[in-house]
Amino acid sequence: MDNRQKEINNLKDYKYGFSTDIENIQAPKGLNEDVIKFISNIKKEPEWMLEFRLKAFERFKVLKEPDWQKPKFPKIDYQDLYYYSAPKSMKDKPKSLDELDPKLLETYKKLGIPLQEQARLNGIAVDAVFDSVSVATTFKDELTKQGIIFCPISEAIQNHPELVKKYLGSVIPTSDHFFATLNSAVFTDGSFVYIPEGVRCPMELSTYFRINASNTGQFERTLIIADKGSYVSYLEGCTAPMRDENQLHAANVELIALDDAEIKYSTVQNWYPGDKDGKGGIYNFVTKRGLCKGKNSKISWTQVETGSAITWKYPSCILKGDNSVGEFYSIAITNNHQKADTGTKMIHLGKNTKSKIISKGISAGSSDMTYRGLVDISSKAKNSTNYTQCDSLLMGNKCGAHTVPYIKNKNSESNIAHEATTSKISEEQLHYCQQRGLNPEEAVGLIVNGFCKEVLQQLPMEFAVEAQKLVGISLEGSVG
Amino acid sequence: MLKINNLNATIDNKSILNGLCLDINPGEVHAIMGPNGSGKSTLSNILSGKKGYEVSGEVLFEEKDLFELETEERAHKGIFLAFQYPLEIPGVNTNIFLKTSLNAVRKARGEKELDAIEFLKLVKEKSKELKFDEEKLNRQLNVGFSGGEKKKNEILQMSLLAPKLSILDETDSGLDIDALKIVADGVNTLRDKNNSFLIITHYQRLLDYIKPDFVHVLMNGKIVKSGGPDLALELEKKGYENFN
Repeated sequence: MDNRQKEINNLKDYKYGFSTDIENIQAPKGLNEDVIKFISNIKKEPEWMLEFRLKAFERFKVLKEPDWQKPKFPKIDYQDLYYYSAPKSMKDKPKSLDELDPKLLETYKKLGIPLQEQARLNGIAVDAVFDSVSVATTFKDELTKQGIIFCPISEAIQNHPELVKKYLGSVIPTSDHFFATLNSAVFTDGSFVYIPEGVRCPMELSTYFRINASNTGQFERTLIIADKGSYVSYLEGCTAPMRDENQLHAANVELIALDDAEIKYSTVQNWYPGDKDGKGGIYNFVTKRGLCKGKNSKISWTQVETGSAITWKYPSCILKGDNSVGEFYSIAITNNHQKADTGTKMIHLGKNTKSKIISKGISAGSSDMTYRGLVDISSKAKNSTNYTQCDSLLMGNKCGAHTVPYIKNKNSESNIAHEATTSKISEEQLHYCQQRGLNPEEAVGLIVNGFCKEVLQQLPMEFAVEAQKLVGISLEGSVG
Repeated sequence: MLKINNLNATIDNKSILNGLCLDINPGEVHAIMGPNGSGKSTLSNILSGKKGYEVSGEVLFEEKDLFELETEERAHKGIFLAFQYPLEIPGVNTNIFLKTSLNAVRKARGEKELDAIEFLKLVKEKSKELKFDEEKLNRQLNVGFSGGEKKKNEILQMSLLAPKLSILDETDSGLDIDALKIVADGVNTLRDKNNSFLIITHYQRLLDYIKPDFVHVLMNGKIVKSGGPDLALELEKKGYENFN
């Protein structure tokens, strides 16, 4: 018996006794049907879910890793990854704040996150974790009263199979591209949101608590459904930097807005970007897609991307319902050796559909940034409009910025407008700010925040303040 | 307050200042006049801390070696430069810029930072004094401002930051007579026994409104003649050529 088989056998023994010892559970290295069955099994998933995964895996086997993107990366050995890893055992975690990387603490301090919060973010203090759970529960009562479902997707698969079955994979099918399909096969957990007809969700929903409590892995799956006439604002990620050993993050996020519904999805992404020399860091290859399924529906993506070694994502809107609206507001910042190839796709299918794209790219150090966007207005999408504004700000002489818009307009009654600018923070501007008492980093923060203002304004208030600070911190050391 | 001793400066191997000496005591107003290319702007650039020059000699500000201080530290210590060409910073709201600047300076001086309400009250007051269009405060910094508005904005900032030494680099150029008076008023309001001014100008005109204690003629990178206010009038009559 080879080692891998032995491991699987061991795990098979495990599966009945895992509940008390879940922290040590890990699927064997590599990707195959057994591993997928293992994941499905450990999550006690119904048969249809396993079929969904296996179907995706069949498809995955014939797909090739895409290579058209600008940032190149070393070949990933998909057989050398763990596809399921339960939360790290407590003994591997730092026991107290003293054991944390001082640099990390310093960053927290700058972000203004109180110490207890820091402890919670790193899963150190148990009471703090309990604390956050109880906070979440208080909210949950209020949400339940209105019929809102907000839970881990693994829970939704058990408790709301009719909704999951109907919508999971309806925007990102199992036959989609390489990374999305991989996610469909092996996703571990993520969030599920359902807002019933006519309900306006009374608070911002956030993955903040849950993710920190459960240490979700590299393959998240999020599904948000806004039923007729409902509204929800959802915040993803936390603004504190996360040290993460995982190299590849390939999450799938699906949004569905029915008639007259609106979904606002905001992300502040601050994964580990690698060190100053470009070593380490996360590959953030996320697939995010929203379907404006009903008439008069609206989906709005706002993203602030400051982390990751490579960011490669295009949060998109499919405007199927007549009069539906898609928006994309983005700030992407790359520093040192970071690379980003990001933008959006606006697919206009319904009549009178509108889309708006505001993209602000900032590159510093030796980094490289590409805005890539597609506006596709089909022949039936009569009287549709798109407005795209794409601005790049360069700092120094070693970074790069590229704008790659793809525009397809298949009917003459629609209108597409595209504006792009590239500017540079000049020595003179810096000198002027310094003469007025600002140090170079404060000066850059002020100028960059001014540049990003239109997008920052889209974020919920609290988030905006943190994002603003984050923007300054991300560019630290990029001056002079 | 400011002691410049044998200051030499070169940029791109071109010598601009050649042994410039100047002493400014608290409460004094000095005017430096000189033809194009005599080194006037280089002097203000160097005093403010602009990079790119090779310098030798000595500059002391309140007994401290100025070359040891970063640009922003000089600002904190009370050196203000009204720029000849104030910079435009797209996206940055003028009010936010002024508040950030004022609070950075206040913080460095160990004074309490102003909150939004306190700041707005102060900036409103000062704008009124200087007849600076308040509506401009909500615009992007200097973007779309006329030449005169940019210069008034400089004086507004000077009056907010209340510096000890204000250097006005050709603030009068491009100003109509009304704006010129307003700028002069701004300077005269701030003028007292502790605050000093270094006014760099081509023309005598501004000095009708801001009466200097001393006038210096700068030629080829050094001061060739110093005198009282009358020297400016003499220059206006005879031109610079006679000083060569």
